[in-house]
This record gives sequence, C-alpha cells and structure tokens, in this order.
Amino acid sequence: MLTDVFFTANPPPPPPADLWAPRTCCCARATLKNTAHIYAVAIYTGMETKMALNYQTKTQKRSAVEKSMNAYLVVYLCILIGKALVNTVLKYVWQADPNRDEPWYNDRTAAERDRHIVIRALTDFLAYMVLFNYIIPVSMYVTVEMQKFLGSYFIMWDDDMLDKELDERAIVNTSDLNEELGQVEYVFTDKTGTLTENNMEFIECCVDGHVYVPQAICNGQVMPGSDSMDMIDSSPGPQARESEELFFRALCLCHTVQVKEEETVDGIKHGLHPGKATSFYISSSPDEVALVEGMKRLGFTYLRLKDSHMEILNREDEVERFELLEVLTFDSVRRRMSVIVRASTGEVYLFCKGADSSIFPRVVAGKVEEVRGRVERNAVEGLRTLCVAYRPLSSEQYAEACHLLGAARLALQERERRLAEAYDQIETQLVLLGATAVEDRLQEEAADTVESLHQAGMKVWVLTGDKMETAAATCYASKLFRRGTRVLELTTKRTEEQSLHDALFDLSRTVLRPRAAAGARDPVSSPPGDCGDFGLIIDGATLSAVLQPGQDDSASGSYTEVFLEICRNCSAVLCCRMAPLQKAQIVKLIKASKEHPITLAIGDGANDVSMILEAHVGIGIMGKEGRQAARNSDYAIPKFKHLKKMLLVHGHYYYIRISELVQYFFYKNVCFIFPQFLYQFFCGFSQQPLYDTAYLTLYNISFTSLPILLYSLMEQHINADILKKDPTLYRDISKNCLLRWPIFTYWTVLGVYDALVMFFGAYFLFDNTTFTSNGQIMTSNTQMMFGNWTFGTLVFTVLVFTVTFKLVLDTHYWTWINHFVIWGSLVFFVVFSLLWGGIIWPFLNYQRMYYVFMQMLSSGPAWLSIILLITAGLLPDVVKKVVCRALWPTTTERIQNADKLYRGQLSEFSPLASLRGGQRDPPPPPPANPRRSDPPARLPPSFAAKKKHMFTRWRPKPAYSSFPPLLRFAGGGANGGRGGAYGSAGPETTV
Amino acid sequence: MSKEVGTENRPDNTAFTQQRLPAWQPMLSAGIVIPGFVLIGLAFIGIGVALFVTSRNIQVLERDYTGVEKDSFCYGCSDLKVKNCKCNLNFTLDKLFEGPVFFYYGLSNYFQNYRQYGNSKDANQLSGDKEYFLEPDESCAPYERDGGVPIAPCGALPNSMFNDTFKLYQMVNGTRVEVPFDGKGISWWTDYNIKYRNPPGTPLKKAFEGTTKPPFWPRPAYELDTTDPSNNGFINQDFLVWMRRAALPDFRKLYRRITEGEYAKGLPAGKYTLVIGYNYPVRAFNGKKKVVFSNVSWMGGKNKFLGIAYLVIGSMCVVMSIVMLIVYAKFKFPDEE
Repeated sequence: MLTDVFFTANPPPPPPADLWAPRTCCCARATLKNTAHIYAVAIYTGMETKMALNYQTKTQKRSAVEKSMNAYLVVYLCILIGKALVNTVLKYVWQADPNRDEPWYNDRTAAERDRHIVIRALTDFLAYMVLFNYIIPVSMYVTVEMQKFLGSYFIMWDDDMLDKELDERAIVNTSDLNEELGQVEYVFTDKTGTLTENNMEFIECCVDGHVYVPQAICNGQVMPGSDSMDMIDSSPGPQARESEELFFRALCLCHTVQVKEEETVDGIKHGLHPGKATSFYISSSPDEVALVEGMKRLGFTYLRLKDSHMEILNREDEVERFELLEVLTFDSVRRRMSVIVRASTGEVYLFCKGADSSIFPRVVAGKVEEVRGRVERNAVEGLRTLCVAYRPLSSEQYAEACHLLGAARLALQERERRLAEAYDQIETQLVLLGATAVEDRLQEEAADTVESLHQAGMKVWVLTGDKMETAAATCYASKLFRRGTRVLELTTKRTEEQSLHDALFDLSRTVLRPRAAAGARDPVSSPPGDCGDFGLIIDGATLSAVLQPGQDDSASGSYTEVFLEICRNCSAVLCCRMAPLQKAQIVKLIKASKEHPITLAIGDGANDVSMILEAHVGIGIMGKEGRQAARNSDYAIPKFKHLKKMLLVHGHYYYIRISELVQYFFYKNVCFIFPQFLYQFFCGFSQQPLYDTAYLTLYNISFTSLPILLYSLMEQHINADILKKDPTLYRDISKNCLLRWPIFTYWTVLGVYDALVMFFGAYFLFDNTTFTSNGQIMTSNTQMMFGNWTFGTLVFTVLVFTVTFKLVLDTHYWTWINHFVIWGSLVFFVVFSLLWGGIIWPFLNYQRMYYVFMQMLSSGPAWLSIILLITAGLLPDVVKKVVCRALWPTTTERIQNADKLYRGQLSEFSPLASLRGGQRDPPPPPPANPRRSDPPARLPPSFAAKKKHMFTRWRPKPAYSSFPPLLRFAGGGANGGRGGAYGSAGPETTV
Repeated sequence: MSKEVGTENRPDNTAFTQQRLPAWQPMLSAGIVIPGFVLIGLAFIGIGVALFVTSRNIQVLERDYTGVEKDSFCYGCSDLKVKNCKCNLNFTLDKLFEGPVFFYYGLSNYFQNYRQYGNSKDANQLSGDKEYFLEPDESCAPYERDGGVPIAPCGALPNSMFNDTFKLYQMVNGTRVEVPFDGKGISWWTDYNIKYRNPPGTPLKKAFEGTTKPPFWPRPAYELDTTDPSNNGFINQDFLVWMRRAALPDFRKLYRRITEGEYAKGLPAGKYTLVIGYNYPVRAFNGKKKVVFSNVSWMGGKNKFLGIAYLVIGSMCVVMSIVMLIVYAKFKFPDEE
C-alpha cells in the first residue's frame, strides 16, 4: 500500500530545500491532474501511516440473536449430554440384574462379553449421542443463513428505499445482521452528508454589517426574504462599495480551489449547476467551492490559476490578475488560512479567512460588532460561518513575512511548530471585511426520521467534526434537541472554568435528580429510554479527557462511568469536533457499557468508516464523499430518511421472524427427540431408534423445514405502514425480548409437553392392548399386529402434524406461498411415507418400513389417536394465546385487533395512541419542521399550547385543518409549497 | 455477500418484492376460539362416548399360565428340565363369547425391541436369497453358525421364536370337542406375500440343504407346520407374526382366530379346556406368559385408553371454553367492543 507519496512535477523543479514539506506530499488515493505522469517517492508505507492508524480491522459482526442462539445451543448441548449420560447410567443400573442384562433370547457374542465395561459404557454413551444428536438443530443454522440471505433481498428490492435521483437502492453488504436492525438502542450519526446533504450553498455574506444574498434559486425555491436584507443593487455608497468589492475579491482569492474544465472528473466531483457546467471548481473543502460559487453569482468569477497568477472576472467583465505569492494553508489548530497576493497595481495584500473565534482576536479594525452579531445569529441558525479579513502589506512587511516563512520551511527540526509560529506572526493586525454564511441543508425528512427514532426508544448521537454552534443548530433543526430539551454542555469552555471532575459530577446530579424523583413516584410506567428530556453537547477535547486513563487511577475509571451515566439519561447527545477514530471510540465505549446496548452507526464519509466498522450495525450513505462508507458498511442506503423504514419496518420484521425461527427450531427438535429418549426406558436402554432412518434424516430437511423458512421470510404480524407510522411499536421488541429465557423455557416446556403427549398417547394405545389394524382395506376380517416401527410411525405422524400446526397457529400473514408450503409439506410427508412404504415401488420391500404407514392408516384407532394427540398437543398453546391476548395483550396484539376491526384501514388512520390504552404514550412530539431556513415556523409561540392534537380514529381522514398554526406560519413565509410539506408530515407526527 | 443493484437489473416492482402480497390474516380471537372449542369438545365427547361404549362391549378373557406359583396349573411345566410338558387351562364361559374370537399369546417383560436383538436377522436370507443361506449376515451373531454350519433363519430374533402350542377343547356332554383354530391371515399380507420368501426349490427341505436349524428350535424351518406343507419355511404365519417385533416389553401376539364351523359365531357358553404345550422358558428373565381370548370391534380390540382420552380432552375443551367465556365476560376484550 502506497500511502504517502512525494511527488515532483516538472517543470519547474522545486528547490531542493522544499523536498520534505507536507505540501509537497500527496496522500494516498490522490487524483493526478494537469500532468500525464509524476515521479514519486514513497516516503513511508508501514503501519503508522495515517490510513493504517485510522484503519479499523473488520471484525466479524454477530447479532444479538445469534448470541442468544448460541446460548440456547449450549443449553441443548447440555441436555443432549445429560440425556446420554442419564441413559448410560440407567442402562447399567438396570442391567445390574443379570436376567435383564442378557436374557437367553438375546445372547451376546463372545467378543462382546469380553469387552471391558468402561469401553462398553463409552460405546453406549456415544451411541446415545448419535441417537439424540438431532436435538441440536444443525439444520437451524442452514435455515437461518438461508433466511438471512434471501431476506436481505427484500431490503434491496424495497422501492421505498429507492432514491430516484441517484438511482440507487439499499445495498446489503452482509446479510448477517438483518434482525439486529430491530434491536438498535443507540444510533450514532455523522452530521455532514448524513443528516445534512453535504451540498454547501452560499446563503449570504455580510460586509460591514450589510447583508448580501445572491439572487439564486435553490432547488426551485426562492430564498426566503428577511427584513434586514440588502440586495446588491441598493448599494450603500462609494465607501461601502469599495470594501464590498475588496471582500468579494478576498473571497475569490483566498482559497485553494482549482478549476477543472472537463465535464467529468475522477474522484471527488463538485459540479454545480449542470446547465452551464463547462468548468468545475474542485477543492478538498466543499465550503470553499460554495463560497467561490457564491461569489460568481455576486459578480466576481474566479477563472483560473495560471503561471502563479489568479485571474478574476469582475463585474465589469474585466479580467483582474493577482500574483499568488504565498499560501498559508489551513490547519485545524489555527482554523484559518491566508493567501498573500500582489495586485496588478503592485500592492501586496494578505487575505485571511477562518472561523470567527480565530479571526476576531487578530482584528484591529473593521465593524467588528456588526459582523459578530450577524455571525452569531447565523451560527445559531445552523449556518457554517467564516470571517474574512485582510491586511495590506508594505514591501518591508512582505519581505519579513517571506523571510519568516522561508526560515520555517527550511527548518530541520520542529518545522511544523516553527511554521505555525510564522503564520501566527504574519496573520496579525487584520482588518475585518465581513463574514460569510454557507448552509449545509438538512436532508429531506431528516427531522422526521430523527423524531421517529426517538419515539422508537433509540438514543441518537450526532458525532461530527464541525464546531459546536453549527452542529447544535443542525441538531435543533433536525429535532434531535427539541424545544423542551435541556441541553447540557460539557465543552472545553466549561472545563476551563471548572475542573472536569466538578463539571461531570454537576451534570450527573442535574440529570439524575429528576429521574430519581420520577422513578420514586412511578417506577413502572416510565418506559426505559424516556428519561426526561436531556441533551448533552460534548466536544472532542473534553471527551478525550474524560476517556483518558488519567494520572489519578481511582478517578479516571469513574469519569467514564459518570460520563456513561449522564449519557444514558440523555435522549440526544451531540459530540462535536471529533476525530474519526474518536467516533469509533465513542461507539466502543457505549458498546462496552454495562447494558451492552446494540449500536448503529451511520455515516457517509471515509471518516465514518471506523465508526461504521465498530458499531454493531454499520450503515453507509451513498453520499457525495465517495463510496468508502457504503463499501465498508453492513448496509448502505441512499438517504438518511431510509433509515426509518430500515429500522422500523425491516428491522422489526426480521427480528420477529428470526426469533420465531430460532424458538421454533428448538421446539420442534425437542418434540422430535424427546420421545426417542422416553422410548429408551421401554426398550431396555438398548439405543433402539424410535423412528425409521428416513424419518430421522428427513424430518428437519424436508418435512418441517420449508414452512418455517417461508414463515421467516413472509411473516408480517403488523402492517408495514402501521409500523412506520407508530415508531413506539419498535419498543415492543427491544432488548431482544422475544429471545429471553422465559420465552425460551416456554417453548422448550411446550416441546417436552408435546413429546410426552405424543409418546405416552401412543404408548397407552399400544401397551398390552390389541391395538391392531382391522385390515378392512387389505383383507377382510383379519387382525394384524403392529410392531415397533408402526409405533414410531404413529408418533412421527403426530409429531409432523403437531409441529406444523403449531406454526399454523403462529402464522399471522397467510400468503399463498405460506399455504403452499405448509399444506405442501404435510402432503409431502404423507406421499413420501406411502412411497417409502413401497406402495408404488415394491422393490423397497427389503426395508423395514415396507407398508408400515399404509397399514397404520388402515386402522381406525390410529386415525382417531392421531387426531386426538394433535389436538391434545396444541390445546395448551391455543388456550395460552387466547387468554394472554385477552388479559395481557401486548401493544402488537392490540394493534392487530384494531387493524382487524377496521379491516386493514388502520394504517390510513394516523394516531394509534388511543388504542394503546394509555400504556405507553409517546412523548408528544413537536411539529415537523423539515427546513431550517424558515425562521417563523421554528419558534411558534402559539404552537406549544396547541401541539397536543388528538385525532380520533373514526375520523375518515387526517384533516390538515388540524394544523392552523402551521398553515398560518407557512403562509407567512410566503411559500405555498412548504405548506404541503407540512401537511404530509403532520399526520405522522401528531399525537 | 455483496451485490449492486443497478438500473439494468432492477427487479419488477411486484407485490412479492415489496412484501405486499395479499394475505389472509386470521387471529385467534375469543370469538372464533370459544365456539371452536365448544364444537371440538362436543365432537370429542361424542367420539369418546362411542369409543368407550364399544370398548366396554368387547369381551376379553385373559389367563396367566407362567406357572410361578405352586398352585397354578402350569407350575409343573415351569421347570425347564421337563420336556414336552403339557398343562391344561380350564375355564367356563357363562354366556356366548361373540365371534369372531381372536386368540392371542402374551409375553411380559420380554424386550423384543432390543436394538441388537431386532437387528439380529438377515433380511436377504429371509427374502429367499440362496446366497445368504451359506453366508449369513454378520449381524446374526452369535446365531450365525452352529458348529460351522450356517443357520437358516439366522439370528437371535428367529431363534427365539415362540414355540408354545395351544389346543382348545370344549367339554360337550363329557367329551372333548376340539375347537378349530384358523391360523391363516394372522400376519401382514405384505409380509406373507412379498417381504418374506422361501428359497426356490422343491421340496422345501432341499432348498434348506447345507444349513442347520436355529439352536432353540425343535424342528427346522421347513417343518414348522407339520399339518400344512404350504405353511412352512419363512412364510409360516407364526414365524411372520413373531418376526414383527413388538413395540413395548409387554405385548400380545395373535396366535389363531376362531372362525370356522359352529364356532364362527363365537364360543358358546360352556366349559373349555386349553391344552398348552409348555416349551417357552420365560422365568429366567422374570417374564410372564398369558393367553387372551378377545373379540374385536370396528375400532380394534379392547382399548379403554382411547375412549377415556377422548372424553378427557373433549371435556377439557368445553371447560376451557367456559373459562374463556368467563374471562371474556369479565374483562371484555378491550378492542372488540
């Protein structure tokens, strides 16, 4: 792997002193442009490259269901060994009586007699293991794999997760985790590109307090107006005009954008406005592209960098040329970048742009207050703000700067530090020009999705590299933090004032107090995950301090604990300023916390890969930042909104399906093998199989496999639309609740009960009675005695029918496929038994099952006993189902009842709260607000009072008129199209 | 697994791929289950009553003749040293024992379902394949060869064939009249006609040349039935009945039917003597032997279990439906109002 490449382009050859600088290095997977080839030297290719360090080894992910399965398997293995041991011991106890050991009719050979007792016991033990080994459902693993593999196609086929614009569908990279999607407790999401579109749009700039908005039409919508907005035409005066143009020039010059002339570009593509796309701007930062694009719309077009001269097309269509002298590159410590250019008039300028916090302290002139106000306002609204300043350099100052830079660049030791110092000295005495605001728009339905996840009991964490204000604004817009949310901060700012220790314990007190009070008042009804409404904001630096195994060992461990405790009680957490590996660290931390919650990570960029790999379920978004996340993920979806269907519908279905699959498999194998175990007590512990070999082999393969497989592919206990509309249903299956030990025990007990019914039913029928065929079919008036194989066949017939009917009782969604496989397998069993009994092929007469099945069916009592035993076997389960449904209905069952009552129209009626009988009222969610840039709707004072709308389910349609405040606000925003958007979002979110 | 679904191979937007196939969605609601339970319960009780009554009407006469106790009629024969011992079982019928009457012998504590025992036979030999007469299957050991001579039929299962003999006499006016036994058709039709075949060759004795009889048998296979030459060899009815292993250690096997002559309608009231040729040793393993006379109904022989079980399950269904009804009335299924 070639990771760090040093290259040199030719001509002109760079000075040798420049060789080993970061700017002459290009990282792995860089795109080669403007030259056909380069000569390069690999500097380092080992394990300590950035890529290797950030590389998370891909580990095998296993779902919680699989872990339960393995636990059950151990139990069954113990049962198997226990059974074999019990039988072996009993055999020798039983044989202690010599008459039983070797009755005259069953003499052993001499060789057998001479065999040592230990060897005989061992042989017996192994023979029992062979006899009972079917209790370990090997076929379950095959079926589970098939279910997962085939089931994943439904995810890929789902048209609801098709993105028409991108023409992409959901991709399933691993089919092992389908059911894990139904168990998610923590969602870690990236912000840029995941919650937001990563489609930077230049919103406004502010020059000396005057606000400029490009007259642009974004996605078909006119940008909303604001009172304080000045259009470009209304120029404020010659003085202002000068600074305005300087500002525009500054933005046109102070960047590292490159121009690409072709239509297509390898790698990262930032093509905007495809209509006039003769040239593209390319940059590592999409913000810069947005800024340059914005300047283009304001009249200043950056043309190209040619012979160290930047060319700008100004408003009068004149080309201005600036000589690019130095680039003081961006870094995350300074959080700003600068260029030094020489205008054609000969003056030298330093243009600097950067985060407000890094610019303001260096500003000596300019309308700081106005700009600061605007910047703060924009930041709160979730815009990414940058400040622009300049400094005219005299020739002496320039020479000094050159000297500083040159010296730093040539330094052999601590070059980086010296460079930073040099930058620091040069970027001073700035004159503030203004600020820009770039918007990264929320993805469509992002807010709705986040809200649904919250209602479904998931905790949503946003992990981003962005700065706190921007990220927090996005969180508000995406409903991660709601209006009622108490936001706690744990940031560097706070830890500067207070020690980390105090801050943490303060927070935990704040968080725990109301919860403890609530818990004391009503410990039962408060559902888990519904803890008050706290939000936490933490930044990367504080986080690493929290996680650091500190100098003081006793405290450091507890920091993590306290932090986790706080997080557990927050419904939403925002982690800003995170490094990629820190994202993974957070996921790991939560994963390892004491409840071992199931985590899901979703992201779109390469920096999310480690988090995606770390989480239980990793979801990649096929975004603008390439395919790396999608490729490394377990599932890839085109848009964040598809997460909703993925989790609430597919996850729910697959969890229900596979849990039934697992339980049913264990159940049917208990039913299968337990009679065989019981039979040993009646055959002198001689390992006589109860069933014929063909039945033993085919039971799991043919007779009972397809119905459960198809069940586990087709079952829908609740309509998908209802699942999507009522996210709280997701809580019904949380914490792996269908695979808990009590339920497992119930199934096993049911299996044992059925086995007892089947075996002893047949036993009493056969025991010392003249249970015979009265042979009406074959010859009249004869009696034919039944032997051991008929006994086994009777038990087996009852077995196959009972376990299949058990599935019939559990199936709630009967498509024609279910009918086909369920009745088909029963028919197949009968037909196979007849054929194997030689009814068509008499050549099968050598084998012991010859005509056994046929003879059994010719006997009246056999029919009667089959019917009786099947009924007796199913009776308790039916009673249990009916009584439980009546007395302790689960939410699922209530919904099913209601759905049945309204003949499937329930999905068209929105609120289900009234059906839930007040069991679990979801927290009243605030109204949908899909767009950030809509100030009036964001803070509707009258809304809080009216947010508790309640539809009755008898109302034929969710009436949009239930949202008068929304409509009024939308109307106030002079935007008809958005009113419609509210209308459609309303029914899903109003309770 | 990894696959990309692009435009070109996009599946059709069908109900199946979208998981929207039309489906019947039944539910186990009380409204269906309670009437269902009542119906099933009543039906089961009906069947149960019918079975119970039928079973009661079946007459069974059962006598143990092991001869363990000193005063029992076969005590003298239970000593293995006595050869060709005969003992008489006398019984009196007060009323007509309705026919057709089936006559069974029964063994207790006899494990015909031992695995090794059951496997100890040569299916190929028994299907008349001459090759296996001289080379019996190893599974027959230790009854594979007797002094180097192959045994036919080999194995422990044939070797241990039940060999007590029975003759039934009615005392009519002080003289013993033999009740004719019908030994035909007591085995499975398929066993008799297809599964078991005698080796080719006439007379049968010749076909068995080069083999010896199983050590416990008094006579070779071709002389099992001295009265009927066609009932010999591997298709001897008693042999076939024995070869169908019983499922449980206490079992009965059909010996004869009484269907002929004046006894076709049953055994008339009167005194009877069953003359038992006592050959089969069971005391060594604490076994018991018995004889059973029984008639049958449409549901086979006497079997109380089935009738009682039907009654129990049927009444449980009814009781459950009542319980559910109470639950229903008391708690009013909330969503079905």
